[in-house]
Amino acid sequence: MLSLKADIWRWSVLIPALLLAMPVLVVFGSVLSPDIEVWRHLRQTVLADYITNSLLLAFGTGAGALLIGTGTAWLVSQYQFIGRRVLQWLLLLPLAMPAYIIAYTYTGMFDFAGPLQSALRNYFGWRYGDYWFPEIRSLTGAILMLSLVLYPYVYMLARTAFREQSSSMLEASRTLGFSPRQHFWKVALPLARPALLTGVALAMMEAFADYGTVQYFGIATFTTGIFRTWFGMGSQGGAAQLAALLSSFVLVLLVLEQWSRRKIRYFYQGQRQQVSALRSLPVARQLLVALLCLLPVLLGFVIPASQLASWALPNWQQLFAADFVRLIWNSFSLAAMAAILSVMLALLFAYASRLRRDPFVRLPVRMAALGYAIPGTVIAIGVMIPLAWLDRNIDLLAEQWFDIRTGLLLSGTLFALLLAYSTRFLAVSLHSVEAGLERIKPSMDNAARSLGASPLQVLRRVHIPLLRGSVLTALMLVFVDVLKELPATLILRPFNFNTLAVRTYELASDERLADAALPALAIVCVSIIPVILLSRTLDASRGS
Amino acid sequence: MRIKPILLVIAALSSALLSAGAVFASEVNIYSARQEELIKPLLDNFSRDTGIKVNLITGKPDELISRLVSEGRNSPADLLISTDVGRLYRAKTQGVLQSISSDALSSAIPAALRDPAGHWYGLTMRARPIMYVPGKVNPAELSSYADLTNPKWRGRICVRSSDNIYNQSMVAAMIAQQGVAVTEQWVRGFVANFARPPRGGDRDQISAAAAGVCDIAIANTYYLGGMLADPALRATAEKVKVFWPDQAGNGVHINISGAGVATHAPNKANAVRLLEYMVTAQAQAWYAEANHEYPVRAGVAASELLQGLGEFSADKLALDKLGELNGEAIRLMDRAGWR
Repeated sequence: MLSLKADIWRWSVLIPALLLAMPVLVVFGSVLSPDIEVWRHLRQTVLADYITNSLLLAFGTGAGALLIGTGTAWLVSQYQFIGRRVLQWLLLLPLAMPAYIIAYTYTGMFDFAGPLQSALRNYFGWRYGDYWFPEIRSLTGAILMLSLVLYPYVYMLARTAFREQSSSMLEASRTLGFSPRQHFWKVALPLARPALLTGVALAMMEAFADYGTVQYFGIATFTTGIFRTWFGMGSQGGAAQLAALLSSFVLVLLVLEQWSRRKIRYFYQGQRQQVSALRSLPVARQLLVALLCLLPVLLGFVIPASQLASWALPNWQQLFAADFVRLIWNSFSLAAMAAILSVMLALLFAYASRLRRDPFVRLPVRMAALGYAIPGTVIAIGVMIPLAWLDRNIDLLAEQWFDIRTGLLLSGTLFALLLAYSTRFLAVSLHSVEAGLERIKPSMDNAARSLGASPLQVLRRVHIPLLRGSVLTALMLVFVDVLKELPATLILRPFNFNTLAVRTYELASDERLADAALPALAIVCVSIIPVILLSRTLDASRGS
Repeated sequence: MRIKPILLVIAALSSALLSAGAVFASEVNIYSARQEELIKPLLDNFSRDTGIKVNLITGKPDELISRLVSEGRNSPADLLISTDVGRLYRAKTQGVLQSISSDALSSAIPAALRDPAGHWYGLTMRARPIMYVPGKVNPAELSSYADLTNPKWRGRICVRSSDNIYNQSMVAAMIAQQGVAVTEQWVRGFVANFARPPRGGDRDQISAAAAGVCDIAIANTYYLGGMLADPALRATAEKVKVFWPDQAGNGVHINISGAGVATHAPNKANAVRLLEYMVTAQAQAWYAEANHEYPVRAGVAASELLQGLGEFSADKLALDKLGELNGEAIRLMDRAGWR
């Protein structure tokens, strides 16, 4: 009985996990036929650049996101200050801003030829070379841009973690003679470490996979190198070798994250304890804290969104064109479907890992979640190749046996798109759900069972209420990510099917940034809706 | 608990999304790297005149080719439209384009702007000249691309990254005409004269020159055309002038946008008909002007805006060479440090 059950869990994980890992495996498969000559060329010329730049970008972004995310999360979860209620959800808004869009807007503003520097030159009568101005299109600029839109991952998880630290913890550290500062460094921060690391890992994976920003800024990284090698030099083997090396960095990162979490298992402190009361501050310091929290919102959302709005203003009538409404609907429905699918898969995998702690479950799940750090185009082609292979063979068989042509059954359908999204974004939903599940102590299950609850009742009355926040977070994160996603959508979509991201890309790729502003702004606006909904739900669940 | 509403949402969403798959009696399917806005009005006219429905997917050219390759004989695509010749060559060598012979096409399009075997045909042309800032550069100082390695240009040139296909094609053309060694020497000297590390697109190079970062920018003509036509950017664009290099030698480096019929095209006749439609005088005028490019059909005048940039003699090199030497060009630029 028991062994049969174990097998059901194993198989129910193995099959979908392999399906999701397939695109990554297909790309890796070409490592088996390496392009030695191209690899030698890369090693002699540009590989060192790729490695240095990618690592600097990922670690820089991780550090930036950690700093902004943890700092703001600590302030809104501990202190009472003017505007705190609004700020705590405003701080999520930069999530809605695609990285390449924020890069375009800041370049538009701060570039040498942009309005700010031109005004400075006019005013002071300077010329090129007469003065120093930070160069936005540089590695530092890219790190800044990515940190500004990725810090909400850390913020969201950190805020929850800080909130759940009970007041008895604070009291205990007070009686031990810790000052509030010491409490933060010695108690609160170490306790929140798993949540912070998860957020940082997500931000770093996204930085590794970024293509739009680095390409625009002219920074040679693994992602730009993969495209150059694959298409420019026509060497799929060489590109796969680059992708494999990139993924091995990410694997190391993920193993480190898992390892740091495993050292200590953090569970909920039994029943909900008294949540620590917010500390009050003098008015002057309240203003200072509010300003500090407002800064990332301004830089990561308000300023770029205003720039977009000012570019989009002359074209606002297009908003009401029939095809624009269609674009919004396509984007919205696709993102909603992908979010639901991805969260259902994450729940399956997370529960399987919880109930069966063996490598046959864990390994496939980790493999399936690798896709987040792989550039979308690589995933898309990894989806395309096996599906087309399947189509080809079904078609051949059907022709042989029944003399009919089945053509393309899977390629170029929504199924292909959803498979790509699930592969790419599983890591996001899985991390959120796992983080939620980890806080439900196994002893709680046992307690409920000993009180006579059936497994289903445990699920309904213990797990679902406790998981609600994490599941909603996962839904929202995937929704927003899919809405912003471009490369896989572009290449896998069916005929005559456009989304907001596709329209934005078409105009931006032609360097018509002002025309691209309207669809870009629409992406941002559609993304805000779930961000606000989520934030309200999280607040409500806290109050209850 | 919430399972039922979720299922309902999924059902509603998928039915809405899948309803677009109706089958038409006569249609043609296009994979296009040219963006929808620059092609849709023409396709609508074609549908109106012929009753043939046009289905369109736009995307990046390399990915569209990958999709064609992996779909194989099941591919629904009839026509592949690309915005440069390098990708058309790649599509041809990967076997996803078929040879078409049509008098209408070969009489309208000059031989250098189409594949010798009829796998692809150029539909519009653009040039990649030198753009300079009058007052800082005396046009008499300018002569050829080769001269841009002269130390007098040190720190005065803006050009985008070598990731871009237009730079790759330009270097490939040099390799075809002067060989690897001379070209590599040229790239080294050229890179040494950059005003700043390459970043941004072609429009950014023009803006940078106009703002004083550099005195010379290398960019495609249609980017300048697009800026001149945009009231917000016109003043910037007017600060640079076009110099047509190598007029005594090989001529200005050019590239094309073009199209080819897919190997497994289910609607081949319609695809050929659409291609022929695209090179009619009327279609050429609109199609070229939409993106500020030069028509390929002789006798069709370029837009007034382009005529304002002056006449030039174009490089006569057969364009399939650019595709053939693309990989070689990238390696050369890697070695010579053009990032």
